Amino acid sequence: MYDVEKIRQDFPMITNHPELIYFDNGATTYKPKKVIDAVNSFYTDFTSNVERGDYETAIKADKAYDHTREVIGRLINCDSREVAFFSNITSALNQVVYGLSKLFKKGDTVLLTQAEHASNLLPWFRLKEEQGINIAYIPLDKQGRIDLSDFEKCIDETVKAVSVAYVTNVLGSVQPLKEMISICQKHGILSVVDAAQAIGHRKVDVKDLGCDFLCFSSHKMCGPDGAGVMYGRYELIKDMPPLLLGGGMNARFNNDGTIIYKDAPQRFEAGTPNIEGVIGLSAAAEYLMDIGLDSIHEHELKLRAYLLDKMLKLDNIEIYNPDDISGPLTFNVKDVFAQDAAGYLAVNNVCVRSGNHCAKILHNIIGTDQSIRASLYLYNTEAEADRFAELVSKIDLNSAVGIFF
Amino acid sequence: MGEKDLFDDANFLRELVLDHYKYPHNHGLVAGDGYISKHMASDSCIDDITVQLDVQDEVIRDVRFDGVACAISTASTSMMGDLLIGKTIAEAKKIIDEYFKMIENKEYDADMLEEAVAFKNVYKQANRIKCATIGWNAMNELLEKKEDEK
Ligand SMILES: Cc1ncc(COP(=O)(O)O)c(C=O)c1O
Repeated sequence: MYDVEKIRQDFPMITNHPELIYFDNGATTYKPKKVIDAVNSFYTDFTSNVERGDYETAIKADKAYDHTREVIGRLINCDSREVAFFSNITSALNQVVYGLSKLFKKGDTVLLTQAEHASNLLPWFRLKEEQGINIAYIPLDKQGRIDLSDFEKCIDETVKAVSVAYVTNVLGSVQPLKEMISICQKHGILSVVDAAQAIGHRKVDVKDLGCDFLCFSSHKMCGPDGAGVMYGRYELIKDMPPLLLGGGMNARFNNDGTIIYKDAPQRFEAGTPNIEGVIGLSAAAEYLMDIGLDSIHEHELKLRAYLLDKMLKLDNIEIYNPDDISGPLTFNVKDVFAQDAAGYLAVNNVCVRSGNHCAKILHNIIGTDQSIRASLYLYNTEAEADRFAELVSKIDLNSAVGIFF
Repeated sequence: MGEKDLFDDANFLRELVLDHYKYPHNHGLVAGDGYISKHMASDSCIDDITVQLDVQDEVIRDVRFDGVACAISTASTSMMGDLLIGKTIAEAKKIIDEYFKMIENKEYDADMLEEAVAFKNVYKQANRIKCATIGWNAMNELLEKKEDEK
């Protein structure tokens, strides 16, 4: 039985701030005590660097750091040597694009969508500028979803890779990844998945999806900031060139300039890593797996449906993704600029995000630049949804500007 | 009620802000020779506005603005134009200084700011200060540019 009240007790941000409704989980998530304790224990119990220690605490740190690879292996169903740590999904995706850049020739194409986050666009934009690759966008419907037959039409012999978000960050559209990837495999096209908004919200299984790469950030799944993961199929990453060079990633180097890299995944982790972050990440993954990702997902679906039902009854708002069953609720209050409406919610202790959510080219699809995004997670409740809908119903230009007087 | 009292009346001030938002003054950019422009957009804030300034013989002849912006940034920029048109650069800089003092919750000269005192409570909401200052910051930069030209 999913006990949301019990789960809420695990989160100090919730027990310290019972007045807040936190519906900005798309931006980042609260951390359970278990994660905070794991980070603390590294600093109070076994502080040291990793991969170079000869003493007890260093070995402990080493083990804890590497143990996270196994835990992530369980979370996404891969081998621990297919898990490389970065500082967030942004740096992981930059590594993927850099690594693949050697496989791209001028005129080769990558397929993206207009709903991608900047971190899954800008690295490809640079590849276009520097190497003359083509960028093509897979068509999206009004709710930001990919239709499989449209997707198939995008494929020609120039397409080398597809890089898309599993769940998009503005509309929460869930893309038909498994089917898309199976089409990719038939054509020998590489697949890269931005799982930032999917991880920790649902079961993510790289074997089942069949993807070649999948990246995510720790902070969006109850883990610490500054840690991220690149999963890469081992055959693909074993000879992949690393983006960053330095200590920790080389096996040997000589004064003639030759460098021998370590094997993957260590070759991608130059410099002292975010040890506390990686240790906290495994605590987060274990925490979520203990509750069960299917249960978390089910809770979110139910809560979203509950909130949507309340919101559909309001006539002062426009919802952009009413047909979606998961992900955030994205809406505007009629005649009120998104930031003014979010300001009203903010003074009433509700945390939501307004703006273009780092997906600045999406407005072509949904016809608005600005929106409010309410994104839920495992600790949100129906009582919060009630209060939220009640507050939203009160927003108009008068009340939104009224907060200043 | 005298003018002074009106500027202390919350309802009056709110109506004023709403009015400037719905019917902004000095709105819409113009393609004129004398104008210099400043585009302001930041990632932390959705507002994306452009402010134009025309100065002749040290006097602000015109201020224009346009863009996508919330009520607070639209109204504050609209009022700014009303306050600054017809002033000398030196007078304008003084008014802008007073405005920023108010936004930072310091002592300020309310008489100089006229309607713009409507934003005196913005300091209480740190996340909206950028809204109330985006147009004013653009103007500051434009005035500095004018000064540098001398
Ligand atoms: C879909 C998606 N991709 C990538 C990112 C970037 O995440 P980070 O800032 O942790 O690198 C985000 C964050 O909002 C996201 O929602």
